Amino acid sequence: MIWLGIDTANSPLAVAIVKDGKIVAAETRNMKVNHSASVMPAIEDIIKKAGLSPSDIDAIAVSQGPGSYTGVRIGVTVAKTLAWTLQIPLAGVSSLKVLAANAGIYQGLVCSVIDARRENVYGGVYNSAHQLESVIDDGHYSMASLLEKLKEIGQPVLFVGQDVDVFWQQIKQQLGELATRAPYTFDLPSAGQLIYLAEQVELPAVEDTHNFVPTYCRLVEAEANWLKEQKEQKR
Amino acid sequence: MGEFIMENIYILGIESSCDETAASVVKNGTEIVSNVVASQIESHKRFGGVVPEIASRHHVEQITVVIEEALKQANIQPADLNAVCVTEGPGLVGALLIGINAAKAFSFAHGLPLIGVHHIAGHIYANALVQPMEFPLLALVVSGGHTELVLMKEDGNFELIGETRDDAAGEAYDKVARVLNIPYPGGPQIDRLAHESDGEVDFPRVWLEPDSYDFSFSGLKSAVINYKHNADQRGEAINPMHVAKGFQDSVVEVLTAKTLRAARQYNVKQVIAAGGVSANKGLRDALTATFNKEGIPFYVPPLKLCTDNAAMIAAAGTSMFKAGKRSDLALNGRPGLELLSWNK
Ligand SMILES: Nc1ncnc2c1ncn2[C@@H]1O[C@H](COP(=O)(O)OP(=O)(O)OP(=O)(O)O)[C@@H](O)[C@H]1O
Ligand SMILES: [Mg+2]
Repeated sequence: MIWLGIDTANSPLAVAIVKDGKIVAAETRNMKVNHSASVMPAIEDIIKKAGLSPSDIDAIAVSQGPGSYTGVRIGVTVAKTLAWTLQIPLAGVSSLKVLAANAGIYQGLVCSVIDARRENVYGGVYNSAHQLESVIDDGHYSMASLLEKLKEIGQPVLFVGQDVDVFWQQIKQQLGELATRAPYTFDLPSAGQLIYLAEQVELPAVEDTHNFVPTYCRLVEAEANWLKEQKEQKR
Repeated sequence: MGEFIMENIYILGIESSCDETAASVVKNGTEIVSNVVASQIESHKRFGGVVPEIASRHHVEQITVVIEEALKQANIQPADLNAVCVTEGPGLVGALLIGINAAKAFSFAHGLPLIGVHHIAGHIYANALVQPMEFPLLALVVSGGHTELVLMKEDGNFELIGETRDDAAGEAYDKVARVLNIPYPGGPQIDRLAHESDGEVDFPRVWLEPDSYDFSFSGLKSAVINYKHNADQRGEAINPMHVAKGFQDSVVEVLTAKTLRAARQYNVKQVIAAGGVSANKGLRDALTATFNKEGIPFYVPPLKLCTDNAAMIAAAGTSMFKAGKRSDLALNGRPGLELLSWNK
C-alpha cells in the first residue's frame, strides 16, 4: 500500500510517500513557498525520489484545513484531481490534528494554533493520551475565548504550531503554569503524520471524491454580512 | 515527401478564470467534441457582482465534475488526449489557481503535455470553432474585463492596436445597469431594453485622438450617472429604456467605427468579435451591417462561445501545441498576464 500525503494548508509545504507502514520519502519546506507553483513539482520530485510513478500510488491523504483559504484549496484540488483521475481512495485530515500529532507521545492536552489575524485563530484541542481524541472542536475562535475554554478545563496544555509565538504572552497571562510551549521541532506539519492519521480511518474515507471540499471553518465575509443584513431586515 | 498522414489532435481545455467552471474536448482546434460549463451566476447575484472567494469555493466543488463530464461526453480516455490546456490568466487569481492545479495534477497523472493559455487568446480562438480564421485578421475583444482591438498577421501572432484606457465595455454595461437598478449581470438586460425602446437620450461619443484606436467608457458612464442624478434632483423619473438605448448606441457606434477604420488601415481579410459583450445584439447587428457593406467577412461566435468556456481555451491551446509551446508543473495563475504571440 503506497500513500501520497500533501499538506499546503498553511505557509509550510509538506509532502511524503509512505509504503507499507514506512516513510519512504518526506519533505517539509518552510521558506516563503508559493504553493500553487511549488506543490506539483514537489509531488513529482518525491514520487521520482521514491522510485515510483503516479500510477503506483494507492491512496492519497490531504490536509483538509482549516488554514489559508488559498493554501487549503490548492492541496485539496491537487489531491482530489489525482484521486479521481487515478481512481484511488482519498482521505482528508484536519490540518490542526496533523499539527497535534507531532506531540503524539505527550500524555495530555495538545492545542494546535494557526493565526487567523485580528486576534483570531484556527484552533483545536486534542487529547494525546487518548489517540488524539478531540477535546475542543476545530474552529475559528478569538484567542481569548479559546483560552477561556482551556482555563475552564483546567488541565496542562501543550501548544503547537509556528503561530503560537504570536500569542504566547496572552497564553501565559491567561493560563500561567498550565501552558507549555512545544519545542520548535514540533511546529511544522509532517506529511508522514498526515498519512499515519489517514491510515486510522477505513477506506474509502471520502465516499465521493467529487464532493470533497476544504474545511474552511468560516463563512465568506460577503456571505456573513449578507446573512446579518437579512436578519436585521426581519427584525 | 511521401504519403502524409495527419493525425488528429485531441485537447482537453480547462477554464476557471472568473465565475464559470468549464472543461471541454476539442479536436484539431476546430471541432467541439464536448463543452461543459458550470455557471455560478446564481450564487453571485445576491451580492451584485462576482465575489472572488465564493467563486473559488465553487470552483473546488465543480472542477473534477466538469472535467469528468467533458471526457465522458467526448467518450475519450486520458490516454487519447494530446495535451491539457488551461487558462493561465488574466482573471481572479484564486479562481485561476483551481483550474491550473487540477490541470497540472491531471497532466502529471497521465504524462500529458501541459499548456497555459491566455484567456483573451481563448476568446479570439472561439471563432476557430465556427469557421477557419484567415489572416491578417482583426479581432474586437469586448468582455467584462477587456475592450481591445487585436491585429493578427498570422496564426498565434497578436498585435494590440487599441485598448480601453479606463472601463471595459462590459464593466460600463454592468455599472450603468446598476444605475438603472437592473440586477447583475446587467449587460443583457440593457441590450433588451435598448431594443424595445421607442426613443433615446443623447449621450456623448468618446473618440479620443483622431488616429487612436483606444477606447474610453468612463465619461459615458458618468454622463449616464449625471443624467439620473439631475432627474432625481428635479424629482423626475427617467425612462430606463431611453437611457439604455442612448447608452448602447454610443458604445456600439464607437466600437463599430474604430473597428472599421482599423480593418481598412490594416487591410484585413476577416473581422471577428469575441468576449461576453459580443453577445450584444445591437453590436452584432451594427458590425454585421457595416462589414457587409464594406465587403469584409465578419464573424461572431454563437452566444455560448462568446461567454467564458473551455472549448475556446482548447482551441487556442491547439495552436500553441502545434507551435511547440509547453508549460511545466510550476505553471502558476497570472492575474495580469499579457497576451504574447507564440508565432513571431
Ligand atoms: N447582451 C449583452 N450586452 C452587453 N453586455 C453583455 C451582454 N451579455 C453579456 N454582457 C456582458 O459581458 C460581460 C461578461 O463577459 P465575459 O464573460 O466574456 O467577461 P469576463 O470573462 O468576466 O471578462 P474577461 O474575459 O475580460 O476576463 C459582462 O460584463 C456582461 O454584462
Ligand atoms: Mg471572459
